[in-house]
Amino acid sequence: MSLLEVRGLEVAFENEEGDDLVVVDGVDLSLKPGQTLGLVGESGCGKSVSALSLLRLLPQPTGKILNGSILWKGNDLLTMSTDEIRSIRGKEIGMIFQEPMNALNPAHTIGRQVDEVFLTHQGLDREQARVHTLNMLQKVGIPEPSIRANEYPHQLSGGMRQRIVIAIALACEPDLIIADEPTTALDVTIQAQVLQLMSELQEQSGASLLLITHDLGVVAQTCDEVAVMYAGRIVEQAPMRRLFEFPQHAYTKGLLASIPSLTGPVQTELPVIQGMIPALADLNSGCRFASRSPHFHEQEWLEVRAPFVEVEENHWVEDCPACGRLNN
Amino acid sequence: MEEILKISQLKVHFPVKGGIWMRPVATCKAVDGVSLELAKGETLGLVGESGCGKSTLARTVVGLNVPTAGEIFLDGQKLGDFRGKLGKENRKRVQMVFQDPAESLNARHTVGQILEEPLVIHQIGDPCRRTARVKELLNLVGLPENAGSRYPFEFSGGQRQRIGIARALALSPEILVLDEPVSALDLSIRSQVLNLLLELKNRLGLTCLFIAHDLSVVRHLSDRIAVMYLGKVIEIASAEELINNPLHAYTRSLIDAIPQPNPQVRGKFSALSGEVPSPINPPPGCAFGYRVGSPSYAKSIGQSLELKEFSPGHFVQECPCCMI
Repeated sequence: MSLLEVRGLEVAFENEEGDDLVVVDGVDLSLKPGQTLGLVGESGCGKSVSALSLLRLLPQPTGKILNGSILWKGNDLLTMSTDEIRSIRGKEIGMIFQEPMNALNPAHTIGRQVDEVFLTHQGLDREQARVHTLNMLQKVGIPEPSIRANEYPHQLSGGMRQRIVIAIALACEPDLIIADEPTTALDVTIQAQVLQLMSELQEQSGASLLLITHDLGVVAQTCDEVAVMYAGRIVEQAPMRRLFEFPQHAYTKGLLASIPSLTGPVQTELPVIQGMIPALADLNSGCRFASRSPHFHEQEWLEVRAPFVEVEENHWVEDCPACGRLNN
Repeated sequence: MEEILKISQLKVHFPVKGGIWMRPVATCKAVDGVSLELAKGETLGLVGESGCGKSTLARTVVGLNVPTAGEIFLDGQKLGDFRGKLGKENRKRVQMVFQDPAESLNARHTVGQILEEPLVIHQIGDPCRRTARVKELLNLVGLPENAGSRYPFEFSGGQRQRIGIARALALSPEILVLDEPVSALDLSIRSQVLNLLLELKNRLGLTCLFIAHDLSVVRHLSDRIAVMYLGKVIEIASAEELINNPLHAYTRSLIDAIPQPNPQVRGKFSALSGEVPSPINPPPGCAFGYRVGSPSYAKSIGQSLELKEFSPGHFVQECPCCMI
């Protein structure tokens, strides 16, 4: 059974004229217990908005969920009361944000911020909470936890701050961790430390992980399953290995080909994806990538939405004539 | 090969101010004794973690920071503080592309004005010729001619970086300093800009100092790569040699820390323990050995850690604790 089941999620933001700009257009996702799902895409494709919608944390009042359902252990998160969803946030679903400096409160000590999770969700008193906090800080590899707990976020380095954010997200041993670009703001060496820490802790607790990233290297190293998002839609979803070995959608192929690697040819022209990401205000109803695909030649492909088909076991692709499986 | 830029024992230190009188209380040694040479037409990649001094070095080369000690030579002639008539001439020859095109373009100027400004400052051509030059520049970086009358916000990130590149090329410089030119760009746009840089470099015969934290990007564009750590260059070699046969433990760890977009090598990437020590109070001896707690770190204290040529063109800091 799936732990999390997202069906037909549609999210829109209202612009200044009062029109709805649809940024997530019919997204389906499902996560099994213990699984790591990577959600990949470029900036503005709707991956972060999808993640925020899962916890109903969209910016108010402009952000709204138009359609769809988000089933968490069989219950729809979208119809829950505020109190009910509050008891899930942080307790059953933990969230790790991109920029740890913005995710932490600069005016409170880090100990207090981790304490808060235990105070709110487990009803412990301050002393008990602090014992758990120090334990947690130890677990995420903070040296000298009892000293560090009394320090403020600005006294720590970026990598240490991200460890604190991870400690907060994992404090209540959630069943699902949503990590939104957790290592993008970090150096490559510190990124490796944080990724290793996350997978270790995930293994210990058996939690599922929804990892949002734009780095295909991170996906290849950490995920079991990958969903590729483009302009508000998932265009391809597959087990990680299959996505790299046998990509179907023209966008996935283009992305994979355009990364310079440590072993490929040097100082030669890289394959590129022509054109650019469409603006939110003028999204067409059909395949949004078609006009950038080398196989594009029918205007009507832009109008009719292609079906999402299964090309092999668990490997799904939006089967547009210009970008789908026919071009292999 | 003909040497065009020579950096010799360059030091850039910043005072750290504190107390109620904001008196200097310490020194931040951002760049601490770097020597590099660039041959004409060569691209030198400079990699390192944030805070290692690579951007400070770049800014010093174009005259945005004043060196504390050491010298920079352009064609054998000492680059002063970029003041006066000669300084202005030199400025023309070394230009820079910045990391974030949204921050480095004046939002209140049209693209045409942005590209024309360097020409106006250096009194090149008359208005009519300058307009023609702006069109030529737009063409060069693959933007439409009518882009000149539009404002930076009307362009996407990749196009804005093209404008930044065009501005740097306006004065036909010989040396281009690129400070993380593609880090702020999206994946599908990044390869377009990398291709553009490669093409321009070959077409115009530019000498480039290419700074990035992403080794795979640097490798793709550079002839040689220098690795910086805490204000010092610790290893320098040809791009292929450095990636395939690193001699310093830090270079090795930088390469190993990159998550490869290839499931075949899954689980092989490894993390480096510890963090970069502060450049305000660097440890005595080898800064990297100190970070990883190398057992032979103590041996490096008091030693002069100099770059030494181990094989032709491959220099590495000779240090008792970090050599592979």
